[in-house]
This record gives sequence, structure tokens and C-alpha cells, in this order.
Amino acid sequence: MTAPTDLLLATEQAPDALAPVAASGVFVLIAVMILVPLVSSALLVLGDGPRFDLADKRGHLLGTAASLASFVIGVVLFVTLLGRDAGDRSIEQNLFAWIHVGGFQVDMTFLYDPLSALFVLLITGVGTLIHVYSIGYMEHDPRRRRFFGFLNLFIAAMLTLVLAGDYLVLFLGWEGVGLASYLLIGFWQHKQSAAVAAKKAFVVNRVGDVGLALAIMLMFAQLGTTSFVGVAEGIEQVSSGTATALGLLLLLGACGKSAQVPLQSWLLDAMEGPTPVSALIHAATMVTAGVYLVVRSNFIYEGTEAARTAVVVVGLVTLIAGAWIGCAKDDIKKALAGSTMSQIGYMMLAAGLGPAGYAYAIFHLITHGFFKANMFLGAGSVMHGMDDEVDMRRYGGLARLMPLTFGTFAMGYLAIIGFPGFSGFFSKDRIIEAAFAENVFVGIAAALGAGVTAFYMTRLMIMTFLSSRRWKENAHPHESPAVMTAPLVVLAVASVLGGFLVLGGWISDWLTPVTGYETHELAVPAWVFSVGITVLVAIGVAVAWATYGRRDVPSTAPEKVSFVTRAGRRDLYGDAVNEAVLMRPGDQATRGLAVFDRIGVDGAVRAVTGGIGATSSLLRRAQTGFVRSYSLTIFGGALIVLVAVLAVNLA
Amino acid sequence: MRGSDVPWLTILGLAPIVGGVVLALLPRGRALLAKQVALGFSGLTLVLVLVVAAQFDLDGSGYQLTEQVDWIAAFGVHYALGMNGLGLTLVVMTAILTPVVILASWEDGDGGRWSSASFFAWMLVLEGLALGAFMATDVFLFYVLFEATLIPLYFLIGGYGGLGRQSAALKFLVYNLLGGLVMLAAVVGLYVVSSRAGSPSYLLSDLMDLEMGTWTERLLFIGFMVAFAIKAPLWPLHTWLPGAAKAATPGSSVLMVSVLDKIGTFGMLRFCLGLFPEASQWASPVVITLAVISIIYGALLAIGEDDIRRLIAYTSVSHFGFIILGIFAFTTQSTTGAALYMFNHGLSTAALFLVTGFLIARRGSASIADYGGVQKVAPVLAGILLLAGLSSLSLPGLSPFVSEFLVLAGTFTRSTVAAVFATLGIVLAALYILLMYQRTMTGPLREDNRHVTDLRGREIASLAPMVVLIIGLGLYPQPLLNVIQPTVDATLQHVGVTDPAPVSTEAEEGSR
Amino acid sequence: MTDHYITLSLLLFTIGAVGVLVRRNAIVVFMCVELMLNATNLAFVTFARAHGNLDGQIAAFLVMVVAAAEVVVGLAIIVSIFRTRRSASVDDASLLKY
Repeated sequence: MTAPTDLLLATEQAPDALAPVAASGVFVLIAVMILVPLVSSALLVLGDGPRFDLADKRGHLLGTAASLASFVIGVVLFVTLLGRDAGDRSIEQNLFAWIHVGGFQVDMTFLYDPLSALFVLLITGVGTLIHVYSIGYMEHDPRRRRFFGFLNLFIAAMLTLVLAGDYLVLFLGWEGVGLASYLLIGFWQHKQSAAVAAKKAFVVNRVGDVGLALAIMLMFAQLGTTSFVGVAEGIEQVSSGTATALGLLLLLGACGKSAQVPLQSWLLDAMEGPTPVSALIHAATMVTAGVYLVVRSNFIYEGTEAARTAVVVVGLVTLIAGAWIGCAKDDIKKALAGSTMSQIGYMMLAAGLGPAGYAYAIFHLITHGFFKANMFLGAGSVMHGMDDEVDMRRYGGLARLMPLTFGTFAMGYLAIIGFPGFSGFFSKDRIIEAAFAENVFVGIAAALGAGVTAFYMTRLMIMTFLSSRRWKENAHPHESPAVMTAPLVVLAVASVLGGFLVLGGWISDWLTPVTGYETHELAVPAWVFSVGITVLVAIGVAVAWATYGRRDVPSTAPEKVSFVTRAGRRDLYGDAVNEAVLMRPGDQATRGLAVFDRIGVDGAVRAVTGGIGATSSLLRRAQTGFVRSYSLTIFGGALIVLVAVLAVNLA
Repeated sequence: MRGSDVPWLTILGLAPIVGGVVLALLPRGRALLAKQVALGFSGLTLVLVLVVAAQFDLDGSGYQLTEQVDWIAAFGVHYALGMNGLGLTLVVMTAILTPVVILASWEDGDGGRWSSASFFAWMLVLEGLALGAFMATDVFLFYVLFEATLIPLYFLIGGYGGLGRQSAALKFLVYNLLGGLVMLAAVVGLYVVSSRAGSPSYLLSDLMDLEMGTWTERLLFIGFMVAFAIKAPLWPLHTWLPGAAKAATPGSSVLMVSVLDKIGTFGMLRFCLGLFPEASQWASPVVITLAVISIIYGALLAIGEDDIRRLIAYTSVSHFGFIILGIFAFTTQSTTGAALYMFNHGLSTAALFLVTGFLIARRGSASIADYGGVQKVAPVLAGILLLAGLSSLSLPGLSPFVSEFLVLAGTFTRSTVAAVFATLGIVLAALYILLMYQRTMTGPLREDNRHVTDLRGREIASLAPMVVLIIGLGLYPQPLLNVIQPTVDATLQHVGVTDPAPVSTEAEEGSR
Repeated sequence: MTDHYITLSLLLFTIGAVGVLVRRNAIVVFMCVELMLNATNLAFVTFARAHGNLDGQIAAFLVMVVAAAEVVVGLAIIVSIFRTRRSASVDDASLLKY
């Protein structure tokens, strides 16, 4: 009678997150949270056409209300979850059997646990603010209602992604946000550049999706399940090679969605979309999905040192590449996009450090969501006032004309450079500390990245809000309406206060049931790092001030620049490499194949038919039309028959 | 076998053919009446299909509602019909698509060589023959119907298509007849084998248990497979399809690619695997290789194609590659996925052909280079084109994703290499669809596209069923999977393969 | 005795065959065909006598009937060709070719 005891032990030893309880009570609202924006989106998009004037006037309100409703549900669920014991904070809602074929059993399941709870709040919270902001920003766009429909679709898909209880359901949300991103980047479809950028984003993401899809197949082949719980339970039985393959494939997917090197090239182009989209999708939420994926799959990365190292390397490379690009760009949105890449690099780096870093990756993800959304919306507010000008060299001295935008932007600025007391200070410091604990060189590179961040953000601040006015003629900068500045204020407050999540170790305690947690051993006290990093940041600020603050900024970009700047301006030649390695050979391959298909494959078919045709036209020459030759043939035939008969008879 | 007093399947198969005859007898010059009659008969067929589906027992794996009458007793030929899950799926698809096509092609038959009444008559006859092919449980009867379907389509392409329709129709006919000829030899061979074993019989149930020599079986398999591979079409036997799709009217293209070509993949699943299980296993590495080549090759050619209709034809080559890959990977998931793929591909390709057909009719050109910015003047058309395109690139949440993922996941357990290469196809799919959408719909509105109008009520009505099904079955595919799976289980059991077990359970069993 | 008749028949047949092959005038060709038919008739009748039964004679009657029918159709064709083309040469009537 030992078996029952073993069983009991096994359940006790299993981590808490692996034993989710079925949804009951208020938690049945998990699916409703997704459904509300989805239905609203369908209403807003389907009600298209000239007969829907009323919908055009009120549609944005429906969209905002749907997002707000999800946020309210999210808050209610979060509070309920807070009230539970740490061991019970994992709720599973199984809606219906999605795909059941033989051993392949995928249910439409949602998993609501501390990790997804935080994401839900971030997505719906920031999402709602950006809905409100968009009411003002998109006011004059004739297709504003559809814009809100797409935004709602995004919210629904992103919630599906973070609430999924199964990798395939996650994939559903994963591609859903890809679709929403495609629709929103290309929202101004009449612009060729926007349409091309949208397609590029989707296709590059698809490359990453191959990784995710293969990872799911590998899970099914090796473990017979694709649910988080099932994979977490079974992962110990697979070989380390399989675990590494899984880790690398998931990383490929994460690279696509989170614009990490080598799949980074779409993010800068994605800035063609309306600015609220850049803020919501390409800064605060969707691009961090890769980090979510890695953190969510912590049980897979636990067993594979190699894949974790790959995550660290990818994060580190992107961190530096993004910062580099951010330094060189004059387009305010692209500078911010480079910064986003770089900051997600920090998160990836932290996620690659294992349990020591997961909590801080998520922490930085949240604070970044606040301050980057804040700054993107601020940039949008600037553009709104400057007739959609994006070139920072045509800004300057806007601080006095746009005091609210400037003030809120400054909060975001201080947060991102890690000014002591602001949210970024806490979150970035923790990551750099953890990096030092892992490997000194990684730590040094991450710390240097912080200095560069300070440089390019200061540059952006100076060129936009301070320095001399270099506006184009007939530019009339003005402060944006309250419907746009109100979200800015809220986000600015969040940028300042977001860091308090870490006080008392709350964030790591909260996430421990999901990700586990390890403290790291540091050679020197933590305050030394804080001081060191702050000094680096100060140096970065000072260099930027010396370069841009004390001298006049030219209103056109200087041509004679160093290789470093030129490379940064051209996105470190990422597009050039893609062009040379993939697109041009691919183009030639399709052309070559088209010729091969016409001449080779179809040629063979036509050769057969042509051969038959040629043979018959040769043979029909025998039909001369002369009766005499026909009769000669008849006589010849008769003769042959006669000879044959004789030969047989005589023999 | 579950007998039934009413010969439902015969009634079902005859209904559209009777409709075709009625149309042919209608007085000339009553074009509108002819169209209404055609729509009525296709609707009646759909109702009959629903009646049949309601009687279908989901738990049964064998043939249901069977009918059997001797036809040519000397050769063991029967008129035998029966319905299983796979057949029901395709019958439902055909019955849904035909009224949709008739509604969408309302005016396409007007400018043809013959009257529009005969255009719709041929369509109904084609539907009836295809339904018969999906229901036939006698190999000879199937062969006759398989070949007979070529006739209506030959006239549909040759009589009502666009430029170069004559030669395209001829190429289609001769190419497929050639495949049929090879199959005929194999059908005769089956008779020989069957009569040697005792009394000759073409009944599927008799032939399935037939013992034959290894090489006899392989040769007969090749004979059937070549015909099906031309029809499906599998690389390198695909070159008739783009030309035929380019010349045919959109409605004919739908019937050709969505319905007629499915008889090929359907035949592989029912006859190749059913009659020649060992030979199917023997050939599977080659077939899988060709299928993967089809996937990549079709996608690459679609990327480089400028003619919208040829582009869709090449995407179908790629999709048929997935279906054939799934069938010959022999796992529950892949084969079920392949059967589901047949249904979903029918829907998504029909939507693509029809919506681009509306576009081409408005602009008068099928060249992508002639378009640009159409989204601005025809947003509904653009939206439906995008949705159809997204379903073609297997976006999760739309029905083709379920089938494609099942095929890939199932194949992965059998042949990882094939699955990895096939998965690359999803990147190429994104490229060919989005490039086409970008070049036609987005960007600044070109001056010569300004007169393009948005979809009208009839056109939206014809596309709506597909849109609803694509989204609905993407989120809830289980009803169809439940219909298909018993058939697939029985087939795979007959072939004698079992799914590879996940490694983790193997390890567990090993440790016990 | 039989040998002589057969030799004559062979001779007539050969003359007819050569005539069909070398002459161009349709009437002459036609007559040569008749000559060949009659050569076979002669052979039939000869063999009938040699074997002492009526089979050969019956065959000869059949040939005569067929020959008569053939004359009716053939001459009509030749006349109508001559009327339209003003020539009775068989080489001119070679339109039915590849």
C-alpha cells in the first residue's frame, strides 16, 4: 500500500502553479474579459459603410467602453486573486474542446495566475488609456470607428495570448495580435510605405511563428500534450537535447514578436502606423509577448543551460543594437522604437538569467509599458501639434508651448534613464545586478547600455523640447486637447510610481508560484551597483548635453558622419542584409522557378504531346492522295501475306 | 450495414442531374428562369444532404445508408453507394459550394458560347457526378463517375471561359484523361486479381480484403495514384491547373479546384489506402517528398505570379501538398487533418476565387500590376479578400489553421524533416497572400481603378456562407472532426499503422 | 486442262494489276479493275469445275453482282469528276491527302 502515499507526496511536491483549480465564482468572468472587446470589435468592423453615420459618431465610445469593461473585470479578478493564498492563485477555465483528434487534445482553456493577472492589468489598463487618447488623436480620421474596432481586436487577441492555458491557444492569440498589428500598422493603407511596413511586420513575425509552431509540434511529439500544465509535468522526462530544441524554437518565436535580433527589422518600419498603435502594440504590450513567452515557459528553460544562454545573448545583442539605432535616428518615433528594442533586450536578458531574473524581466516589462507608452503618446501629442512632423531636427523649444506634454514626457524620460526614485531606476538596476551575478561581461555590457540609454533619451529631450526652434514655416505648435493629455498624466504618474511594485520584494513574491525565485550572490553590496549605474547614466546625460544642448542642432541631418552614425541611421544594415541574403535570392528563386515551371515541368508535358504530334505529322505524309500508290501498298501487302503463307506451307 | 427503405443517396445524387436535364429542356430565352431553377435545384440538393446528414450515425465507422444493385454481373460490377464520415464531409462541402457558385456566377454564363441555361445545367450535372463519386462504394462505378466529371467541366471551361479557354480546356481534358487511362488499366488489373481469387467483384468491401502479390499491389497502386495525383494535383503533374484556372470563369474554377480536385485526394484516402495498404506504406516516402516539394514549389511560384487566378491555382498546389502530406504521414492527426483540410480548402479557395472574380470582372484585368488602392473604393470587397487570404495562409482562428496544424503536428511525429520543411510553407503563404493584397488593395488609388465599385447584395450573399463557416469552424471544428475521425481510424487500422507514442509515455512505460 | 485456265486467269489478273498501277486515265484504270475481277471469276469457275461443286460459281455470281454495283457507283464518280475538272486523270484527283 505504498502507491497512494507516493501519489500524495507527488502532489505535495508539485509547484503550486502546476495544479490550477477550476474557475468558479467571479473567475468565470475570465472568458468574458476576452469576449467583450471581441464582440465590440466585430460590431465596429462589420458595421462598415455609408449607412452607419450614428455608429461613426458613437463607435469610438463603444470601443473605449469595451476596453474599460475588460479593465474593470481585470481589477476585480486581481483583487480576488490577491485575497487568496499564494498556493491557490492559479485558476483554470476550460471553455470547450477545441481540437480533439486521437492523442491530440487541445481545449480552449484559460489560465489565470499571478503572471497573467499582471499582464491583464497592463494590457487593459494601458489599453484603455490609449483608447481614450485615440478619441482625440484620430478625431479627424474618417475611418476612426474601424480604428477602434481593430484596437479592440488587439485587446481581445492580446488577452487570449496572456490568458491561454495551452500553447496552441497562446498561438491563437499570438497570431491574433499579429493580425491586429498588421491591420493597424497598415491603417493608413493609402500610404504605400504603411502597407509595405504592415506586410513586412507580418511576414517577419511569421518567420518567428515557424519557431513557435515547431515548438508546439515538438511538444506534442515528445510529450503528447501542449497545455502548460501538461508540458510542465512532462518536461523532466525528455532529453536535454529536446529541451534545448524547445527553448531555441520558442526563442525564435519570441524574437519575431519582440523584435529581437535577428528578426528586429520590422519594428522600426512599424512606426508607419498611427502613434497610439505604436504606443500600445509596438511599445507597451505586444512586443513584450516574447518576454512573456520565455517567462511562461520557465519550466522548459530550467532544463537547458544552452537555450538560456542563447536568450541572454539575443537580449544583450538587441539591447546594444537598439540603443545604437536609438542614438542615430532623427525621426522621433524611430528613436523611441530603437529604445523599445533595447529595453526589451533588457527584459530578454533578464528572462535568460532564469529564476533569478524572471520576476525582474516582468517588472521591467511593466514599468517599461508605463513609461514607453507615456513617451510614445507624448511624441504623438507633439506630432499632433506640429502637423504630423516626425523629424526631431524640425522641433525644438516646444517645452513652453506644450507644457503638459513636456511635463509628462519628462516623467517618462526620467523613468527610462533610471533617475533614482523613478520606476526605471528600480527595474533596470535589478536586471543589471542579476546580470553581474551571472557573468561580469554581461553585467558590464548591460550597464553600458544604461549609459547609452541616458545619452539618446537626453538627445531626444533636448532636440524636441529644449534647444532652439527649428520649425518649418507655417507650423503652429499647440497643446493637445484634454482627451489626449489626461491619459498622459495618468501614465506619467504610473511611470513615477511603478517602481514601488518592487518594495518589500512584492513583485518577486507575487510571481514566485509561477516562475520560482532565486536570490543571487553579489560580490559587492547592491548600493554600489546603484551608484555605479547612476554615475554611468549621469555621464550619458552629460555627453548628450555637451553634444546637443550647448551647440545648435542643425535642422537637416549632417551628411558627413562617422560610420557608427551611418550604420545606426540605416538600422545597422539589417534591411540591407535581409535584402541581400533573403529577398534578392528569393526573388531570383521565384523567377527561376517560374521559368523552370514553364520550360522544365510544363515543357516536359508539352514535349510529350509535341512528340506525339510530330510523329503523327510525319506518318501522315504517307497519305499522298495518289490512288496508284495506295493500290501499290495494297498489292505489296497482299504479296507479303502470300509469301508468308507460302513460306509456312512449304516449310 | 444499415439498410434503408428510401434510397436517399441515389435521390441525392440524381437531384442535381435532374435539375441539369430540366434546365436543358427549358425554352430558350428564359435566362432568369433558368438561373432560378438552377439555384432551386442546388438548394434542394443541399436540403437533401442535410436530411442525409441527419440520418448519419456518428459512432459508426463503416458505410451507412448503403444501396447495392447488380450492374454488370459478369464483371462483378455493382451500382453501390454508401456514406462514411469522409464522404459526408465532402458531400456537404459540394452541396454548400454549388448554390454559392451558382449565385456568384449569376451573370457569368451570359457571354458564353452556349446559353446561360446550359452553363448552369453543366454545373448541376457536375455536382451530381461529383456527389456520386464521393458516395460510390464500387470501384468501377467510381471510375466511371471519376471520368464522367471531366465532361461537364470541359464544356464549362471551353464554352464560358476567357482568353485561351479552348486550349486550356483541351489540356485539362487530355491530361486528366491520360491519368484516367492509367487508372483504367489498374481497374482492369483489379478485375483480374479479383476473379483469380474467386468470383470477380468490384465492391470496395470485397476488394479491401483481397490478397495480392507485393508487386501486383504496387503496380495497381501506382495506376490509381497517378490518376489521383494528376487530379489533386501533385508536383510535377500540376501544370494543367494554372492554365485552366486562368481561362475558366471564377465559378468553374471553384468547382474545379474545390470539388473536382478533391476527388483526387479523396481517392487517395479511400482507394489507395483502402485497397493497397502495403503499397501505400511502401510509396509513402516518395509521396511525402513530392508533397513537401509541392508545398514549397507552389508557394514560391505563387509569390512570383502576376495573374491573380494563376496565383490562386499555385496556392492550391501548395495546399494540396499539405493534404497529400497528411494522408501519407499515416497518423490520426495528420490524416484527420488532411480530410478536414479538403473541406476547409474548399471553402477558403472558393472565397478567394469568387471575390477575386468579382474584382477582375469590375476592372477587366487579372494582372496584379493593373491594380492599386482598390480598398478605398471597395472596402467590403477588400475586407472579404483579406479574410479569404488570411484563411488561405492559415491564420489561427480561421478554419484552415486547424487542419494545417493537425497535418503538421501529425507529420512531425512521423517525419520531423518533412514537417519542418512543410512548416516553412507558412512563411511563404504569408508572403504570397499579403503581397497580392498589398499590390491590389493598398497604396494610393490608381486613376484607372476609380470606377471599381464595391460588392453588391447578391455577391455579399454568395460569400457570406463561406465567411461564416471559415470563422465558425476555426473556433469550433470539433463537430466536423467527430464526423471524420471514425473513418480515418478505420482506414489507418486497415493500413496497419499506429500513431507514434510520445517519448515521455515511452519513458514512463520503460521505467515501469 | 485446269492449269491453262489458271494461267490465263493469272495473266489477265497481272495485266489488270499493272494497268491499275501504271495507267492514269480513270476509265482505263476502271477497266483494269474489271479485268482483275473477271480474272478471279475465271479462277473461281475453274476451281468449281475442278472440285466438282458449285461454291466457286456462286462466288463468281457474287463478284459479278458486286462488279455491276461498283460500275454504277464508279462510273458515276468518274463522270462527275470529268465534268468538273475536264480531266479523267487519277493523279489530278489527289486532293484527299495529308
